[in-house]
Amino acid sequence: MNVLSLVIFLPLAVGLGLYAVPRLGARAVTWTWIAACAVDLALVAAMWIGHGTDGGISYETDARWIPSVRAGYHIGVDGLSLPLLALTSLLFLACAIYSLRQERQVRAFAALFLFLQTVSLGLFAALDLLLFFVFFDLSIVGMYFVIAGWGHGDRTRSALKFFLYTFLGSLVLLLGFIGLYLGAEPHTFDMVELTRTPPLAGSAGLAGLVLLAIGTGLAIKTPTVPFHTWLPPAHTDAPAAGSAILAGILLKMGTYGFVRIAMPMLPDAWRRYAWVIIIVGVISVLYGALVAYAQEDLKRLVAYTSVNHMGYIIVALGAAGAAGDQAARRLAVTGAVTQMVSHGLITGALFLLAGVLYGRAGTYDMGRFGGLAGRAPVFSALVAAGAFASLGLPGFSGFIAEFQIFTGVIGSGGAGLAVVGALAIVGILITAALFLRLLHRAVLGPPGELTARVTDLRPSEAGAIVPLLLLAVVIGVAPRLLLDVIEPISATVVSLVAR
Amino acid sequence: MMRENPADLLPELLVLGAAVMGLLAGSFLPRARQWIVGLLCAIGLAGGLVAAAFAARRTDLMTFDAFMLDPVTHVTRVVVLAATLLVIVLAMSPMRGHRRESEFYVLILLAALGTIALGATSDLLVLVAAYLLASIPGYALAGFGKDAPGTEAALKYFLMGAFLGILMLTGVTLLYGLGRGTSYEMLRAELGTAPDGAVTVGVVLLLAGLLFKAGAVPAHFWVPDVTEGAPPVVAAFVTTVPKIGAFAALYRFAAEALPPGAGDWPPLIAIIATATMTLGNLAAFAQDNVRRLLAYSTVSQAGYLLVPIAVAGRTDLAEPALLFYLAAYAVTNVGAFAVVIAVGRDDLAAYGALVRRSRLLAISLVICLLGLVGTPPAAVFVGKLLMFGAALDGRYAWLAVVAAVNSVASVFYYLRWIVPAFTGDAEQGRGLDRVAQWTACLAAAGSLALGVGSGVALTIG
Repeated sequence: MNVLSLVIFLPLAVGLGLYAVPRLGARAVTWTWIAACAVDLALVAAMWIGHGTDGGISYETDARWIPSVRAGYHIGVDGLSLPLLALTSLLFLACAIYSLRQERQVRAFAALFLFLQTVSLGLFAALDLLLFFVFFDLSIVGMYFVIAGWGHGDRTRSALKFFLYTFLGSLVLLLGFIGLYLGAEPHTFDMVELTRTPPLAGSAGLAGLVLLAIGTGLAIKTPTVPFHTWLPPAHTDAPAAGSAILAGILLKMGTYGFVRIAMPMLPDAWRRYAWVIIIVGVISVLYGALVAYAQEDLKRLVAYTSVNHMGYIIVALGAAGAAGDQAARRLAVTGAVTQMVSHGLITGALFLLAGVLYGRAGTYDMGRFGGLAGRAPVFSALVAAGAFASLGLPGFSGFIAEFQIFTGVIGSGGAGLAVVGALAIVGILITAALFLRLLHRAVLGPPGELTARVTDLRPSEAGAIVPLLLLAVVIGVAPRLLLDVIEPISATVVSLVAR
Repeated sequence: MMRENPADLLPELLVLGAAVMGLLAGSFLPRARQWIVGLLCAIGLAGGLVAAAFAARRTDLMTFDAFMLDPVTHVTRVVVLAATLLVIVLAMSPMRGHRRESEFYVLILLAALGTIALGATSDLLVLVAAYLLASIPGYALAGFGKDAPGTEAALKYFLMGAFLGILMLTGVTLLYGLGRGTSYEMLRAELGTAPDGAVTVGVVLLLAGLLFKAGAVPAHFWVPDVTEGAPPVVAAFVTTVPKIGAFAALYRFAAEALPPGAGDWPPLIAIIATATMTLGNLAAFAQDNVRRLLAYSTVSQAGYLLVPIAVAGRTDLAEPALLFYLAAYAVTNVGAFAVVIAVGRDDLAAYGALVRRSRLLAISLVICLLGLVGTPPAAVFVGKLLMFGAALDGRYAWLAVVAAVNSVASVFYYLRWIVPAFTGDAEQGRGLDRVAQWTACLAAAGSLALGVGSGVALTIG
């Protein structure tokens, strides 16, 4: 058993262990949870150092699982999975710290989050389609119970909608995976082999259908317009930590799947339908931003900006399949992967901040607050930092990601892509407007009816949120740390798509 | 040279021996010690399991000119015997001290025996005999409680079984006439030249009986009534075990008796599969009685199981898909019924806050129900994966899509049962049946183990 398997299954083991010890107090449970997350994060950091900046796969394990369909327990890390593994362990640690004040059914809550952490880490490390799918599906089950068990508002209904919608997506994805399996000669679910010799290379029609299935499945998870309707209710009714994980980690499973599976395994089809993908991305960018602008509810607002931010990733990945300058397309893919990390950090922080607001005042309605800056200065400063980071202000990670995406998309050449880039920049303007409006209404101005109820951040809350935003700043100021790991893999992905 | 070695049928003989000895012993034992018959039957089943496991290691052959010893038979044997053993264990506490306790065990064993023969035979006449042996004990078991719902269920079960059995016999006669023989080998050689329309009529009539045993549309009407009306243990048995033999028989008939392209088999079965899964799911939506809900869920599962039957012979994945799905379904379905027996109530409200009464039982319920949906890593997931693969590889992509949409729809009613178990208000019911509780945990663990260890299972099977 290598260190990667340990990283993946340590949280699950701790989660089960929580039940093995009877009569564990709530504080003890949470501290055990925090310790497990911290150890996991340290192990991922060690793996990051051990991996270095080469483009290959390290910490690989390939064990037989279902040999008769050639599916294996094949895991490993490369420049694409490593940033997401690090993001996952960091965000789960933040959620553990944030939950120090959790009171309701602490043990089950911690166990469920530890289970979700194993599932998320496993997904980003999986190098086998079936293993990927197992984790993909289990993430839905885990998040369903988080929303249904600890949510608020109309939680059962939102959780059900989330489950049904994303489960449909996962089954469509499974059909696509089986298509890849049957298209490969010899039949296999192994990602490395499927990447080496893309299946269905000879039959364009079938490859298109398989891409449609996989693309739809991943688009529901991402989500892109028009498959995003499950997202706002799920976010609104989920507990704060659940929202942070849902937006920060679970959405990345969709975009990660595009880079890991759809692009390298179906390069012909990806290039042929690149424009469909780009257009879906642009619509997500604009629609997400416009709808977010119209929201009164803070959580719905952040949820719709997620649709907008995921849209940039889709645009960049689509542009990587359109004809154009090789270096620019590499830049676009690097930007897309950076955006996954950046969005995870910033949106995770924003959802935790929204949770603070709800915990104090019992509502997300921005119109009922105002002048929070005077009442809760630390809270307001963090909201402002999160808002500026999310709208892509230089100095934050979002800027690094989006700048690379725009440069890459526009630089690929062609009038069409230039128009796309221009439209996407409009999305940034709208996002800037809506975040400034949020700051005006809730943070500045005269006190609102509920402002008096909002007290400033507690240490546990600050301890969870500050590191996330701090890291967003670190990446914004010194991006090489991250980009050095991502760039080799984006070069590989672009050359695989260009085959 | 015909092979007639009784040792080939050792698992069946062990079960038969246990049944006969049980019947004899039951006539002499006082009522308080009738449980000995149950023990005897359990030993017979366990012995049969061991014998079947050893038999599975040998090369394929045909014995008594009508009984195939091949992977289909081996899996049928093992799954039927294991599922029956679980049912016997489940029955131990509700049947304890019942006036007809020993008869119960004997009838269960005889029905299991008929089911194995159903799946193993390669001759139409033996198929009819096996159908009767598998069915008639079932009718008696359905009315075992001697109460009004049980009697109604038994009558409905019997009338449908008798009617569809006659249709099946007619189909056998017709196929005999067309194929000049009843052995599958003969039929495969001869049916190719027979008039196509007549073959189709014969096949449809034969299907009547097998679909009745499988609980598939349009022969599914008995399923909800028997599942609700009969004692819960009997419901667990008749919704699990006879299906196994019926699907094995359907697969064997398609793969061994029908010449490729005869009788419009794939489109016919594909349409029946679509109707079965869809109707089963639609009917399950509104159920507030968990046994009726499970009954309709088994109908929809029969629809998924028909998918590999439809593409039998068109893809190498059909056989592993069917056999693995059968094993996965059996263990998961028995697990779900074990939860019902453990709680002892049928209305959804009785499951409120089950997690507070027994955490393990609630988790077993989740594993079994989400397992039936096809959530990894439970066993049915691998079954569904192979089933989807078989459908796509057999050029029935639309059937795979229908099955996927139905799987999503089924989440809805399974969640209606799961959610209150964790969030609902506790209702102070009577105590939980300990044996059933542990059986449920065992079945849930078995479902997970079979899913995670599916590689091993598929290599052996």
